[in-house]
Amino acid sequence: MDSRAYILEAIAKNQPSSNPLPDISSIAVVDYDVVEKFKTILEGIGGQAIEIQNLDEVVSYVKSYFNEGQRIISTLPELASVAEIGWQNQDPHTLENVELNILRAQFGVAENAALWLTEAQLGQRVAPFITQNLAVVIDKNNLVATMHHAYDRIANAEYGFGLYLAGPSKTADIEQSLVLGAHGSRTMTVFLLS
Amino acid sequence: MKNGRDARTTLMNHAELAENFIKDGERTTWHDETLWFVRKKRDLAAFQLPEWEALREAASQIKHNGLSNMHDYLVAFEEKATANGIKIHWAMDALEHNQIVHSILKENSIAEIIKSKSMLTEECHLNEYLIEHGVDVVDTDLGERIVQLREEKPSHIVLPAIHLKKEDVGETFHKYLGTEKGNKDPQYLTEAARQHLREKFVSRKAALTGVNFAVAETGEFVVCTNEGNADMGAHLADVHIACMGFEKIIPERKHLGVFLRLLARSATGQPITTYSSHFKKPRPGQQMHIVIVDNGRSQQLGREDFRNSLKCIRCGACMNTCPVYRRSGGHSYHSAVAGPIGSILAPNLDMRKNADLPFASTLCGSCSNVCPVKIDIHEQLYKWRQVLVKEGHVPFGKKVAMQAMTFTLSHPGVFKTAGKVGRSMMGLAPFTVSNGLNPWYKQREMPAPPKESFREWFSKNRNGQ
Repeated sequence: MDSRAYILEAIAKNQPSSNPLPDISSIAVVDYDVVEKFKTILEGIGGQAIEIQNLDEVVSYVKSYFNEGQRIISTLPELASVAEIGWQNQDPHTLENVELNILRAQFGVAENAALWLTEAQLGQRVAPFITQNLAVVIDKNNLVATMHHAYDRIANAEYGFGLYLAGPSKTADIEQSLVLGAHGSRTMTVFLLS
Repeated sequence: MKNGRDARTTLMNHAELAENFIKDGERTTWHDETLWFVRKKRDLAAFQLPEWEALREAASQIKHNGLSNMHDYLVAFEEKATANGIKIHWAMDALEHNQIVHSILKENSIAEIIKSKSMLTEECHLNEYLIEHGVDVVDTDLGERIVQLREEKPSHIVLPAIHLKKEDVGETFHKYLGTEKGNKDPQYLTEAARQHLREKFVSRKAALTGVNFAVAETGEFVVCTNEGNADMGAHLADVHIACMGFEKIIPERKHLGVFLRLLARSATGQPITTYSSHFKKPRPGQQMHIVIVDNGRSQQLGREDFRNSLKCIRCGACMNTCPVYRRSGGHSYHSAVAGPIGSILAPNLDMRKNADLPFASTLCGSCSNVCPVKIDIHEQLYKWRQVLVKEGHVPFGKKVAMQAMTFTLSHPGVFKTAGKVGRSMMGLAPFTVSNGLNPWYKQREMPAPPKESFREWFSKNRNGQ
C-alpha cells in the first residue's frame, strides 16, 4: 500500500465522529471608527499613515523624499512621472535594487492594519518584499472592520497568490529587541485616499 | 551535532537538563521575565477584543470539525491543489518526508536550499538528512539562522533564539559573518543578517517553507511571517516546497479569519503577522510542491484523550506562560516542540524517550487558559502521566515510591504511624531528609516539621463536638 492510501486509511479509522462547524457570521464586535482604528494600529506596528486627496500628493511625496538615482517602481499608471511602470514581466531577481515600490491595495482591515493585495495589484509576487521601502495607496472607503469582513469581501475570488500586508518587515529575535527591516521592506507608508 | 539536543537526549532527562540551564541564575531570571513579558503582550492584545473567548471557542470547534472530517478534507485539498498546479506528496514518517524533499531537489539538480521556519522539518530532522546527502541548507528566519550557525536547535517555536543574549549573537556573527568584535547592537546585527541572507535569497533555486493553514475548500495554503523570509525565498526560487503535518487542514477559506485573528495575538501580542501569504498556484514557470506528513499524527488522532493536541496552531503561548518552561529553557525538553504542548505531543512519537516530559509541569493549568484553540493541555499532561506509569515508562524509583505511597494512603493506621515517624525524624535527625538523595531538598530548605498532625490536633481540641 502506498503512503497516501496508508495515511488516509489510518485517518479514516481514527478520526472522531463528526462535529458541526460553528457559525462565525456574528462573532465580530465593532465599536470603533474604521479609519481611526486603521491609522492607530498602523502606527503601532511601525507603519506610517498619510491622508491624501489625490495621487498628485503621492508624486510630491516621492519627489521630496527620494532622488532620481534611486529605482522607484509602481503598478499605478498615474505615478509614471516618478516611477517605473511595466516591470511586471521582468525576472523577479532584477527587482533587487528597488528603493521604493508603490502599490495599490484592494482593501484594508482596520483591526490589524493589514492590506489585501493579489497578483493583479502586486505586479510580481516578490515586489512588496524585495523593495527597501514600500508604499501602498488605499481608498478610505475600502477599509473594513475585521478579518471576518475581509474574508466576506474576498469570498471565492480567484487568485494565484494573495497577501495580507501589515507594516514593515520586522524581527525581535535578538533579545526581544524590535528591529524594523528584517528581510522585507524597512518602511511601510500607507496613503489613505479620500 | 555538537551542542545539539540529540547528543544529550540519550543521557539526560528534563530535570537534569533544566538543572544545567539554571546554573546561571541571572540568565534564568532574564529568560523567565522576558517570556512573561511576551505573555503580557498577549494579554493586552487579547483583552482588546470583547469577542476573544468566542473566537477561541470557534477556533476550537473548527479544528474539531477538521479533525473529525480529516479524511475527506485531505482528499478535497489534494484535488483542489492539484487542479491549481501544485504537486502533492504524502509521507508516512520523518524519513519518507526527508526522502521526498531530497528527491525533488535531485530531480532539479539542486544542491543548495533556503528554508523558512518549519517546526515539522525540525521534528523530521530534515536539515541533518539533507546535509548528510550533500545538500547545503540555510535557515533564513533570523532566530533560526543564529542557532543554525551555533549548531544548536531552536529553543522556542516562535522565538528560536530566546535562550541567547545579544552578546552571544554578537560573538556568533563576528565569527561567521565578520561583524565587528564586541558589537552586540540588535539593529546592527539584524542588518548584517539581512545583507548575508539577501545574497542567499537571490541566488538559491529552491526554497522550503512551512504551512500555517491549508484550506480544504480552495487548495491554498497560508504562511505567516514577520520578517518576510518565507516570501523572499519562495517568490525568487524556481522550486517551492511546502511541508505540513496533515492537521494544518482547515475546512474553508473564511475560517482563516478566525485563526489569523488569534495566531499573532496569542504568539507575540501583534494584531497580525506582517505577512500572511496565501499560496494558491505556482507562479508561471515555477514548481510548487506540498509534502503532507503523518509521522504519528494518525495514531494521535485515534487516542481519544490526546487527539485535541492536533488542534495546535503553534503560537507558543503555552510556553510563554509556563512557569516550568520559563525557568528551564526550551532545550531541556529535548524535543522539536518544547513546553507544555511539546510535552503532550512528544510521548506519542516516542513514549520511552519522552516519558519525562509530561512530568515537567506543575499542572497549574495556565497553558490551557491561554491556548487559542482551547486544548486541555494540563489535563492531557496529567493523563499522559497515567499512561506512562501503566506502560512502564517511569523510573523504577518513582514507581516504588508511588506504590509505597498508595499503600500508606490506603491504610489509615500505617499513614498515622508513618506521619509520626516522619515528623520526629525531621526534628531529631534532619540529615535523613535534608540530603542530596531527596529531590525535594534540591535548591530549597525542607520546612520545619509540625509538632503534631491534624489528626492529633483534632482529637485533642474538637473530638466529640
